[in-house]
Amino acid sequence: MLRIQGLSKKFNKGTENEIEVFNNFNLDIEENKCTAIIGPNGCGKSTLLNILAGSISADSGRIILNREDISNLSQEKRSKYIGRVYQDPSMGVSPSLTILENMSLADKKGDRFSLKRLIRKNNIDRYVEMLKSLGLGLENKLNTKVKYLSGGQRQSLSLIMAAMKHPDLLLLDEHTAALDPKTSHVVMEKTKELLDKYKITTIMISHNMKDAIKYSDRIIMLNKGKIVLDKLSKDTTEEELIDIYKAKLFEEIA
Amino acid sequence: MNSLIITSIEQGLIFAILAMGILITNKILNIADLSVEGTFPFGAFIFAKFISMGVDPVLSTLLAFVIGTLAGLMTSLLFIKLKIKPLLAGILTMTTLYSVNLRINGKSNIPLFNFDSIFDLVPILLLLAILVIAIKIILDEFFKTEVGYLLIATGDNETLVKSLGASSNKYKIIGLMLSNGLIALSGALMAQYQGFVDITMGTGVIVIGLASIIIGDTIKKNSTKLGNTTRAIIGAIIYKIIGGIAIDLGLAPSDLKAVSAIIVILFIAYNNVAIDLFASIKNKGEGVYVKNTRLIKKVQ
Ligand SMILES: Nc1ncnc2c1ncn2[C@@H]1O[C@H](COP(=O)(O)OP(=O)(O)OP(=O)(O)O)[C@@H](O)[C@H]1O
Ligand SMILES: [Mg+2]
Repeated sequence: MLRIQGLSKKFNKGTENEIEVFNNFNLDIEENKCTAIIGPNGCGKSTLLNILAGSISADSGRIILNREDISNLSQEKRSKYIGRVYQDPSMGVSPSLTILENMSLADKKGDRFSLKRLIRKNNIDRYVEMLKSLGLGLENKLNTKVKYLSGGQRQSLSLIMAAMKHPDLLLLDEHTAALDPKTSHVVMEKTKELLDKYKITTIMISHNMKDAIKYSDRIIMLNKGKIVLDKLSKDTTEEELIDIYKAKLFEEIA
Repeated sequence: MNSLIITSIEQGLIFAILAMGILITNKILNIADLSVEGTFPFGAFIFAKFISMGVDPVLSTLLAFVIGTLAGLMTSLLFIKLKIKPLLAGILTMTTLYSVNLRINGKSNIPLFNFDSIFDLVPILLLLAILVIAIKIILDEFFKTEVGYLLIATGDNETLVKSLGASSNKYKIIGLMLSNGLIALSGALMAQYQGFVDITMGTGVIVIGLASIIIGDTIKKNSTKLGNTTRAIIGAIIYKIIGGIAIDLGLAPSDLKAVSAIIVILFIAYNNVAIDLFASIKNKGEGVYVKNTRLIKKVQ
């Protein structure tokens, strides 16, 4: 289980550009479930994931993952427990390396890196199996540099690379937003298959209401760093979410 | 003419080591390290110091490599710990090394004719060829190791390296130290080859290194058989041969620096235009992410 306790974060503290994103924010995320976080631009979704991953630090608050307080661990230390896929398909891979090289690196995640050879022949079959399960034909392109792959192929690879060591927590930040609708659908389906198979606690940010409902177990809507809706996905409809968006928008104008 | 070719190849091999050093920083790590022009003579002065103290030439040459790595350590600490921009950090190291170099022996010019050199032992061309090939093989093997791949990934995507639980800064330090060690080694070899050490011997060497890499990249552009190190070596030799021919045609040796600058300008311009055209065609198909920050574009 992931527990976020008393989280506060301000950007540009003490300047006239000060922005308060979170003020004593609390959230519990169930184990092995996929929780979707939705909400308008700038409401703090990415900031939350950045704080969880340790790429930015919170002003105060605790993050407890599987009973261990990881609040004070560096980003590198946390990466042992956390996998992440970004909106930009290039962020999760090393573009000038091949698929095989990328997967071999991801396979060492959290381990010590030594002067042994990275590529081990006896791992290749396992990688091929994983790639095959994507159904994108990537298993035939092991020696292709990742920069020559399409965005969707790269994002699917990022997904496997983030999940292959079975992290305790998987963070997906609009990971299909840069893809066309068809590819986006493929990657979402692959995400679901992977999560069903590996059972990973997942937080998924999305601006696509349909996807958020369809592919998650629980929906949380944020607005200005506060939870304004928290519901099981199966009890939530797209119309409902859009109505809340509209109402919030109305509040702001009025 | 024949001796001109041999001289060019010999010098080309010495600069090939420099080029492989620059390859690690500029191309693999994607950091423009400008300390090179200080590190190259630094290696030469270190060699002069030890050889004049009676140390064996092989050991003196080796020490130039080892102590040369410290220049890379300084540059990397400047930009990692003190957050100075890499470009400026390199310039600061280079400037510091200028004074250090003059201090090492207390002179700006040291003749080495009275001392032993590693070239006394084995014919020059043979020795250099063996040395360059050995360094190439070691580097190629290194870049197949786990650490080596992380170094490549650091230049490619630091976010990924961190997400693997590794510190990208550590790999920058390793890369810069290795690079500067090689450059100092190249300087120590040049000192023995020409028979003297001079404070100005580093002027323009960064452009020679870049020119070598760029020329190397242009040969059989699309062949994946030719690795980065091989390209750097071939590039350095071709560069020196072009220079040799230019002198043969009547140019003064002092004109060569301008020639190397022109070579770099022409090749980069050519590569940039070619790459931009390529990118604009590809971008129409899909959102290809093109990194435009490289000093030298990776051309494959
Ligand atoms: N590094 C930063 N420095 C200053 N302000 C920041 C920084 N990162 C985010 N912010 C601000 O914090 C607020 C929350 O940003 P965040 O990126 O978390 O929003 P988001 O919910 O992910 O939005 P989107 O849907 O557009 O991705 C915004 O007002 C943003 O301007
Ligand atoms: Mg965001």
